[in-house]
Amino acid sequence: MLGSRTPSGPEILPPRYARPRLLDEALALRHGGAQIIAGGTDFYPARVGRPLYDRDVPCVLDLTALAELRGIQDEAGCHRIGALTSWTEIAEAPLPAQFYCLQAVAREVGGRQIQNRGTIGGNLCNASPAADGVPALLALGAEIELLSRAGKRVLPLSEFIRGPRQIALRADEIASAVVIPKPKGAAHSSFVKLGARKYLVISIVMAAGYLDVVGSRIAEARIAVGACSPVAQRLPALEAALKGEVAISSLSRLVKPEHLAPLKPIDDVRASAEYREEAALTVVRRLLEELSA
Amino acid sequence: MNEVSAVQFSPDTVSLTVNGTARAYRGDGLRRLADVLRDDFGLKGTKIGCNAGDCGACTVLMDGAQICACLVPVGQCDGAAITSVEGLGGASRLSDLQRSFLAHGAAQCGICTPGMLMAASDLLTRSSSPSRSEVEDALGGVLCRCTGYQKIVEAVLDVARPAHIVRDGNVGARAAKVDGPAKLMGTERYGADGIPADALYVRAIRSPHPCAKFAPGNLEAFVAARPGLVRALTARDVPFNAYGIYPNIKDQPVLADGLARYRGDPLVAFVGTREAIEAIRDEEVPITYEPLPAIVGVDAAKAASPLHAGRDQNVLADGGVTCGNIEIVFGSAAHVAEVEYETSFVEHAYIEPEAGWAERKGDTLEVHVSTQNPFQHRDDLAQILNLPKQAVRLISSAVGGGFGGKLDLNVHPLVALAAWLCDKPVGYIYTRPESMAASTKRHPARVKAKAACDASGKLSAFWSHAELDTGAYASWGPTVANRVPVHAPGPYIVPHAKTRGTAYFTNCPPSGAFRGFGVPQSAIASEAAMDTLADALGTDWLDFRRRNALKAGDKTITGQVLDDSVGIVETIDAVEPYWRTWNNAAAVFNAGSPRVQQGVGIACSWYGIGNTSLSNPSEMKIGIAPDGRITLYCGAVDIGQGSNTVLTQIAADTLGIAASDIKLVMGDTALTLDAGKTSASRQTFVTGKACELAALDLKAKLAQVKDRAALRNMPVDNHGDVLTGHGRFDPPTTMLDEKGQGVPYACYGFATQVALVQVDLDFGTTKVLKIAAAHDVGKAVNPQQVEGQIHGGTAQGIGLALMEEYIPGRTENLHDYLIPTFGDMPEMICRIIEAPTQHGPYGAKGVGEPALISTAPAIFGGIYRATGVRVTKIPVLPHRLRAAIRAKEGTR
Ligand SMILES: Cc1cc2nc3c(=O)[nH]c(=O)nc-3n(C[C@H](O)[C@H](O)[C@H](O)COP(=O)(O)OP(=O)(O)OC[C@H]3O[C@@H](n4cnc5c(N)ncnc54)[C@H](O)[C@@H]3O)c2cc1C
Ligand code: FES
Ligand code: FES
Repeated sequence: MLGSRTPSGPEILPPRYARPRLLDEALALRHGGAQIIAGGTDFYPARVGRPLYDRDVPCVLDLTALAELRGIQDEAGCHRIGALTSWTEIAEAPLPAQFYCLQAVAREVGGRQIQNRGTIGGNLCNASPAADGVPALLALGAEIELLSRAGKRVLPLSEFIRGPRQIALRADEIASAVVIPKPKGAAHSSFVKLGARKYLVISIVMAAGYLDVVGSRIAEARIAVGACSPVAQRLPALEAALKGEVAISSLSRLVKPEHLAPLKPIDDVRASAEYREEAALTVVRRLLEELSA
Repeated sequence: MNEVSAVQFSPDTVSLTVNGTARAYRGDGLRRLADVLRDDFGLKGTKIGCNAGDCGACTVLMDGAQICACLVPVGQCDGAAITSVEGLGGASRLSDLQRSFLAHGAAQCGICTPGMLMAASDLLTRSSSPSRSEVEDALGGVLCRCTGYQKIVEAVLDVARPAHIVRDGNVGARAAKVDGPAKLMGTERYGADGIPADALYVRAIRSPHPCAKFAPGNLEAFVAARPGLVRALTARDVPFNAYGIYPNIKDQPVLADGLARYRGDPLVAFVGTREAIEAIRDEEVPITYEPLPAIVGVDAAKAASPLHAGRDQNVLADGGVTCGNIEIVFGSAAHVAEVEYETSFVEHAYIEPEAGWAERKGDTLEVHVSTQNPFQHRDDLAQILNLPKQAVRLISSAVGGGFGGKLDLNVHPLVALAAWLCDKPVGYIYTRPESMAASTKRHPARVKAKAACDASGKLSAFWSHAELDTGAYASWGPTVANRVPVHAPGPYIVPHAKTRGTAYFTNCPPSGAFRGFGVPQSAIASEAAMDTLADALGTDWLDFRRRNALKAGDKTITGQVLDDSVGIVETIDAVEPYWRTWNNAAAVFNAGSPRVQQGVGIACSWYGIGNTSLSNPSEMKIGIAPDGRITLYCGAVDIGQGSNTVLTQIAADTLGIAASDIKLVMGDTALTLDAGKTSASRQTFVTGKACELAALDLKAKLAQVKDRAALRNMPVDNHGDVLTGHGRFDPPTTMLDEKGQGVPYACYGFATQVALVQVDLDFGTTKVLKIAAAHDVGKAVNPQQVEGQIHGGTAQGIGLALMEEYIPGRTENLHDYLIPTFGDMPEMICRIIEAPTQHGPYGAKGVGEPALISTAPAIFGGIYRATGVRVTKIPVLPHRLRAAIRAKEGTR
């Protein structure tokens, strides 16, 4: 077993793995400080050549037997996507055009193996600056639902993700679902990802856009860009410029460099900051071309 | 804690179905399914290449859907049905999909093959006649470093058609791999697969600093506090703590002695049970460091004090070739082109991480490893352990890709030392980050080149200097520094030349051997210079090259007069139709697409087969048993390129028997003779010739025997054979004099590739759409395998050109270090040219390395044609290309 004795200290109980079927059990384990695993597609890569149990973790809580946290429900005023819903389930679900951006993400995350196991909840809770799900869900205006023994909290996604690998999840909570409001009119959305190769690629820049069209005009627009700041950002100035426009016109002409002010790209192994800044503008223009088409 | 213990844990038993059989697993539910399949259920067909979801080698089906078995806790498999490669066909039967893979030559080293098969089975249950793009999407999560993916796609697309498998091919046949069925069924044993269940494991702790003094703390206490650890190892435990490729340069320690010279240098090691070894957290090991300023880059190396005693300016090796008088010619030339390029560290990224094990047997040691270099490794191990050579037996496992990276010692010294000292079998499997941090790399090169031609378009002079970052230890640095200047101008007639290669030590990973030994880097510069000269003349790039191409009877810059085996003009002719058509098509496309532009590039290359001016003999043995069974004792290791098959074809053809009647023993220093290293594209040429000679010898001996029945009464040797044919071949070369003049190689492979690329001007992204590759291989002993080499070499060329850049500490995994996937490969057209060499078996030369050299320069020519810019820092990442385009266009 992986439990160990320190030369001086007492024997430490080996950490345990638990996969409860009952939500109450899961919440109790979480209350006791359990660390969470869902699809495992971020969990294991972080532990290559290292012990699977982190120091001071009493228990790893596997959520995947909790059926109520899986699947997509069409409810009054919203769609609810269970945190354990896999990318493949999202890609293959019969969803309205509003969800095209999320379904496009689902088809581009990793390869098919990753899509079959990786979950939407894991993507958000892992909070990588390059998580593809984040801009899409920001564009969809999503909220996240958090459960603990103390009850339920709902947070807008923008408040939930605070920084790279930093989320507003309390140590006793689990993320249970993503809640997405229904549009007023006819909504559609789109997703554009730029990477340095075709498959299995971490985004250099990605953007998602959502338009709620009432009559022929844009009643609400949400545009979000990822991998260009510690957390994916919405572009409020651009959204304001889009509001009221005729939806089928060539929208990309409206994009101005200053709309991208909320972005703070950095240099990394994938690209320079300067490149990201410029590519983000191009990505957003192409996104709007797709949204106008 | 109370809360946790108050809860009912799920039972520790997991009930699952594996390949149709119900199984129960008892133990920690968080363990990776891949480990449970391999270690608990003995299903070694599932491979582990990264443990991080990046390579897909571990792909299996879970309730029919493909998953990475390295990312799934076995606890999640409760009630699930798992199918691994062992469940596809059967113990001795291949499924249609496996047959199609075999027929198409879709497996080379085979380490990715189980994953590919499982991903394809998932697709085929969802869609019985998928399209090419559906195949790519479905298999896109599995990486292959050998095949360039094309034959895999074709195998999946053709699965419904009954596959024609050529089993008994002679020379020239598209024979199926002799080791193909084992690779396809998952029964092939690679480095990690044979480690005995009761073995101890060893693990090195590696330097996190590029340069640091270090002192191990109380390792005994560390070991004592961790049940399962057996002992620590330090430099003091190594009898002779130095090794290296060159007999006179043994500069690399098994465990560093007080000074770490690169990030990844092994400092101390631990031996213990697998669990105890895996539970070690590197940061908890008591080692104190005093980080020192690191030498990064060749300019820093020149200015720094020597990393190794006596190496002034940190120069490891400096080689050159001089002929004629370039100064006079450059002064009066009609056109002169000058270029400078800088390349990066490139990682071999074989999908099989280094692995192996050793076992002490009394006063002898048996070492099983995945190696390209069994005999030298045996000798090195004997020296390290202070044992006579005969006391060490090295047996090569199947090799899951090498490309030069398994020519150096890796796990061997530590498993050998630990097994010797502990008297227990000891295994070692590198993790992917460890493999990437520890192993050798392609030399980063700064290549300056200058070429001149006269007004009629004849090349008149060539100058170049390649400065190579050889990293912390010598490895193959001298080989690279010597090979580059010999090849520097490319396959052209150049009357006046002065070329040089200099390798410098730095605090970077050791640069070693990597497909092409520096020639791919230098060809990038020389071929760009050819484009520039052609443009200055207003001549077509292809015509310019053809006008200057070497022909039989021409002299190279080393003064070697070439014999008949010079097919460069034929390779140019073979790609000419593609060059012309694609150029026309690109012009039409570009007229209608202002921001996405296409361009076509072309590059020629040559490559000397075998070692440069050094004796590199191969010896082969073929025996016949009393019952007539033939055994090929083959010291050459097949690393996926197919030497097992090619050598069997040569032996069968020469003996006039069926290939399937030949039994093969590979890479065992106790049973086979030394056939040298699997490097320098030499196995078909050198070992192939030795094999042919061995077969002829056996044939002659058999002719003396009255009839086959007489064999039964003859005395058997220790192999159980009654007659043995011997063959030895060492290619005829001469030493190079102080001006680099002489005959460095007995023959050369030649190639021309044309690339059609498409560039998105706004993103700076490049997609290679098509490659036409013509290669002169002398004689294609197995045309299917030649194509496989060209495809795989081209894929690595695309990686080198567009995405691969190893940065120590930052790209030590396969998600930050990108190699081409299914979706990054162009349509590839191969044309095989045969200008036979008098020296090789049936006229054959080699193709392993030549396959790679032309690709990057052809792509860069295409990018230039599409954009008007040349990016001089390789790889041409999107941000680099975009910056160059922006500079040319002016900020928009
Ligand atoms: C090869 C490869 C390619 C990838 N490509 C992409 C890509 O293109 N784009 C992209 O965005 N991502 C990518 N990923 C990352 C990953 O697949 C996704 O982020 C995935 O959605 C994570 O989900 P999971 O269920 O596997 O998370 P897990 O690994 O199970 O968990 C991730 C983290 O979230 C926490 N967590 C999970 N679920 C919950 C919950 N319900 N409540 C609270 N905390 C929770 C866990 O504790 C853990 O810290 C890739 C990963 C791999 C291995
Ligand atoms: S070993 Fe599982 S993806 Fe590489
Ligand atoms: S055959 Fe695919 S990695 Fe070797």
